[in-house]
Amino acid sequence: MNPSPNPVAAPILEISHLKKSFGPREVLRDVSFSVPAGAILSILGRSGTGKSVLLKCIVGLLKSDAGDVSYKGSSLANPSALSALRQTASYVFQQNALFDSSTVYENVLLPLQARRRGTRAEWDMRVRSILGRLELADAAQRYPSELSGGMQKRLAVARALVTDPELVFFDEPTAGLDPLRRNAVFEMIAKLQQESKFTAIVVTHDVQEALVVSSRILWLDAGDVRFEGTSADFSESRDPDICAFRDNIEALREAVRSMQTNAAH
Amino acid sequence: MVVAQLGKLTLNTVSATGRWALFCGRSLACIRSGGELGARIVRSVFELGVRCVPVIAIVSAFAGLVLGLQGHYVLARFGASGMLGTLVSLSLCRELGPVLAALMIAGQAGTALAAELGIQRSTEQIDAIELMDVSPEGFLAGARLVASLLVFPALTSLFVLIGVTGGWLSGCILMPQDSDAYWSAVHEALKSRDVFECLIKALVFGLLTTSLCAYQGFNAHRSGEAGARAVGVATVRAIVLSSIAILAADYLITAALL
Repeated sequence: MNPSPNPVAAPILEISHLKKSFGPREVLRDVSFSVPAGAILSILGRSGTGKSVLLKCIVGLLKSDAGDVSYKGSSLANPSALSALRQTASYVFQQNALFDSSTVYENVLLPLQARRRGTRAEWDMRVRSILGRLELADAAQRYPSELSGGMQKRLAVARALVTDPELVFFDEPTAGLDPLRRNAVFEMIAKLQQESKFTAIVVTHDVQEALVVSSRILWLDAGDVRFEGTSADFSESRDPDICAFRDNIEALREAVRSMQTNAAH
Repeated sequence: MVVAQLGKLTLNTVSATGRWALFCGRSLACIRSGGELGARIVRSVFELGVRCVPVIAIVSAFAGLVLGLQGHYVLARFGASGMLGTLVSLSLCRELGPVLAALMIAGQAGTALAAELGIQRSTEQIDAIELMDVSPEGFLAGARLVASLLVFPALTSLFVLIGVTGGWLSGCILMPQDSDAYWSAVHEALKSRDVFECLIKALVFGLLTTSLCAYQGFNAHRSGEAGARAVGVATVRAIVLSSIAILAADYLITAALL
């Protein structure tokens, strides 16, 4: 399933020597990496290693202390480049950040209204099309609070994809979901990426699922990049630290699964 | 120690005032951000204005009734019962109408606005708007500021009208005042400069109340608390600061226009 971006494709996003601290706590030490156009890059790491902070520094929701982010070769320190990124990129929040006073239809419509491209009829067609693709057409006039967790996640993805973005950031898209729904979300990301050819950056804890759908892996540990490469290299790596990380996560997940199974019996 | 605390408080106040001024500037400068400006203004007029009509009607009626009653007894002591219409109309038009209407709107619509924006901040909805390359200040507060310019003068006028009628009810129907004398005193007392002062106050109170409430909700995450508690702190600050600002501005405008 791993999409294979053109290895000679110019990077769509380049992060150089990014640093971020909160008081005395260094969250990002010196993070550098690049994202080839068309790739699905998964950023892995334990809780509190700065994965979400990294994403928010890239899109400008948090101001980094040092370093630079370039989008298509232009530094995002330049407001017009940041605006260009926000015009062509979308962000799926960990807690979805849906507009709770607006209907499902209005939630998906807003990014189109904001970008002011196309006519009202085109907006309507695109909203109905993406709601149909994500099986939300019947819920168009409902409010987010009336949807299940899985439907809310699909709505967040629909809102992100309705503008046909070139780059999509997914911040912990499977947080709080059960294993079946986690798989469904990763399948959905992979399928939509195949169809729409956007570049995806996915922050996640789910190593196995990430390895299946991602073309590239970035392992962040204590604010440092410990691995950057293809998912095949990551899964076959004999580096003791990488093995320990993979095994620890899987061992923990296996323990939780067996606890759940025992509880069910 | 006290001097250091005082200095810190002063710096914080100056800094917060600067951020509020920037917030107001961005809200108006980026008012078109996100599109659908007309629809947003209409919705804001409904939320700020139409929903407040019942509370304005009730409070103004009782304010007028009390003024009529008190005025009747006080003026009778000086043999000036015929001045009741003058007393009620000038009190309501120049002071009580704008101030009480603004306090009522701040209490109902202002706190709702602060809570709504506070929740939007704590659930990252404002971040989501910002990442759509939309100015969240312009999108969320701009139309509401414009709406306040329509709503506050309209509701203040309604307050004065109902209040004056309430004064007539208690002074002339429940008490033995002459109705014709009351209405002719109202007619003679109210000059265009009184109405002008009333409307100027309403406009200023509207901008102050709406911008302060929106600012507090928008910056709920800076309150030092998190989540639901941050929304609570923002809402309390919104109503307290709005009330202080209304009364302080009332004094300044009155001093300037007298």
